[in-house]
Amino acid sequence: MQEEHWDLVIKPKSNLLDINLREVWQYRDLLWMFIKRDFAAQYKQTLLGPLWHFIQPLFTTLIFVVVFSKIAAISTDGLPPLLFYLSGITIWNYFSSCLVSTSNTFVANAYIFGKVYFPRLVMPISVVLSNMVKFGIQFLLLMVVMLWYAFKGSPIHIGTTVLFIPILLLMMAGMGLGLGIIISSLTTKYRDFTVLVTFGVQLLMYATPVVYPMSVVENAQLKFWLSINPLTPMVEAFRYALLGVGTFDSIQLLYSGIFIVVVLLLGLLLFGKVEKTFMDTV
Amino acid sequence: MSVIKVENLSKLYRLGQVGTGSIFHDVNRWWHTVRGMDDPYQRVGEVNDRTQKGSSDYVWALRDINFEVKQGEVLGIIGRNGAGKSTLLKILSRTTAPTTGSIKVKGRIASLLEVGTGFHPELSGRDNIFMNGTILGMTRAEIKSKFDEIVQFAGVERYLDTPVKRYSSGMYVRLAFAVAAHLESEILIVDEVLAVGDIEFQKKCLGKMKDVSEKQGRTVLFVSHNMNVIGNISDKVIIIDDGRTYFFGDAENGVDQYLKKTIANINNVKESINLSFQTNEFALQSVVVCQKNTEGFDFINDLPLSIKLKYEIKSRLIGFRIGFDVYENKSSMVLFRSFHDDLIEEINYIEPGVYNSSVELPIDYFKEGSYSLNIIVGIHNHKWFTKDDLKLSFNVVKAANHNKTYADTRPGVISPVLKWSQH
Repeated sequence: MQEEHWDLVIKPKSNLLDINLREVWQYRDLLWMFIKRDFAAQYKQTLLGPLWHFIQPLFTTLIFVVVFSKIAAISTDGLPPLLFYLSGITIWNYFSSCLVSTSNTFVANAYIFGKVYFPRLVMPISVVLSNMVKFGIQFLLLMVVMLWYAFKGSPIHIGTTVLFIPILLLMMAGMGLGLGIIISSLTTKYRDFTVLVTFGVQLLMYATPVVYPMSVVENAQLKFWLSINPLTPMVEAFRYALLGVGTFDSIQLLYSGIFIVVVLLLGLLLFGKVEKTFMDTV
Repeated sequence: MSVIKVENLSKLYRLGQVGTGSIFHDVNRWWHTVRGMDDPYQRVGEVNDRTQKGSSDYVWALRDINFEVKQGEVLGIIGRNGAGKSTLLKILSRTTAPTTGSIKVKGRIASLLEVGTGFHPELSGRDNIFMNGTILGMTRAEIKSKFDEIVQFAGVERYLDTPVKRYSSGMYVRLAFAVAAHLESEILIVDEVLAVGDIEFQKKCLGKMKDVSEKQGRTVLFVSHNMNVIGNISDKVIIIDDGRTYFFGDAENGVDQYLKKTIANINNVKESINLSFQTNEFALQSVVVCQKNTEGFDFINDLPLSIKLKYEIKSRLIGFRIGFDVYENKSSMVLFRSFHDDLIEEINYIEPGVYNSSVELPIDYFKEGSYSLNIIVGIHNHKWFTKDDLKLSFNVVKAANHNKTYADTRPGVISPVLKWSQH
């Protein structure tokens, strides 16, 4: 007897490696709608609108300038403190917002996931992409501040290293997405981890050279622990690429790259396993 | 050609709360899987009857469901609350996976478990059409080409650029259903979305559902508690009861089966009128509503209903009257009759003794609805024995064979079949 052709077979369990990225591509219009919605809805009925994207990093930077530069007098590698902190915060914010908002993908979207099917991955990917737009806006602010310092005569050279920034950004996206979907997969049933995420990210910032440069870390043991953090070379490289200050260690970056690939694969596996039945336990 | 084939579909749910108790089960289940054994909790799964207290935390929301749907068919899914209808729809629309068994599908499925999924209150109607459409699986280009049709169907043109949070709930549903109705998918799954919206719009929706199956050859699966709607638009019916298939077959048969089953359930419960009613002159012994000598509270109005009264007269009464009125619940009086009104000759007096009075209400008289029967006893021009406290309720769950052309219910309380003539 001839085997009938079926377009779709709904079964209890899928293969472990059944990650349907092609389906995500088919839903690219939806991806785009989510990004648009995120952006359009966020500042509706606010007077300052997208200006809030500037205000938040600017104020954080000012506080950091006062606390870490003025009071604690930590070196900023010869850069104007404002520029140093703002650059660190811009890239760090991107990572942390990706991680925090993808890490509750399932729980936060249960109402919509429970009603309609679309590849669940569309959700976290759209978050990462819409955060990229926000990053773009904050990057613009960073550029304005840079220009202002250049105008005042501070030694700022923009070289070809700037071309690395998109790559670093993608790495940050991969890291945030990978960790985020792992956490979101682990927290559908037992929510214990979610409590950890928000303050864990805050603590992680201090284990990453955001408010201090690697060059001030002299203790060898401390240096080792900091370099285990795969985010360290990325933040340092970001500053180096943009402002010519910091370290650009390709071996370290390769380590980060491998780490990201592993995290992403693991994340996709877990996510794919959880997405089919999480509605029953969420 | 079958476009949906459901085979041995089952779904196990765990009841109760997620906490330290459930992690032990999870670990135990994992340990069984690692050793290549079956899930131990599937064995303790119980029949899903929400009214009975069970001994296990695990219930089968669906158990061994098998059916096939052919292209262009409309399948109505019925069953009481908690029978497993929604679980079936959830699995079909892939928001959760089955525990065992499989569903094979040809073509795209669009499911409408809720209207307006993904609507963002802050966005305008225009933006939300695109948002909702893409969530349901349309591409931007498809939505663009149907945009005008959608807006026209919804009839909310004037509010197109207003955020949907300012919409009335009816407008919201109209817009949402309009988007869904223009999906291009081969299979459409609809949960009870028609419970909202005005009659005009409900009719429009039902018409559209009929349309997509008859004219466009698309397959529709839908859940409804309205047996008229089911009977009118579906070709086949599946009745799910406690997670199992109770019936699968043609629609008319299915609706009858379902109504008979629910009626049997309800009529088993004896609710009785307050019979302690007594005076020195009169005592009421029993009041029943019945159809063909079967007592009940729920009726399919395809045979005349009769009201039977049994009472004792203790002394000779002049001008005795016994009768009833009928109220449609939450509305006004429908009928007021006493036996005296309908008799031709006046009875001057009634001797002591036990009497049975019964009255027949014509077939077709009542529309679907809940009614309350109120017994009235008194002496003409003198006094009432009863004080509005002898009430018995009954329901007409399906009116007899008329109004077939329309899915919606007609306004008004009674619906006798009248004779028409044209000259």
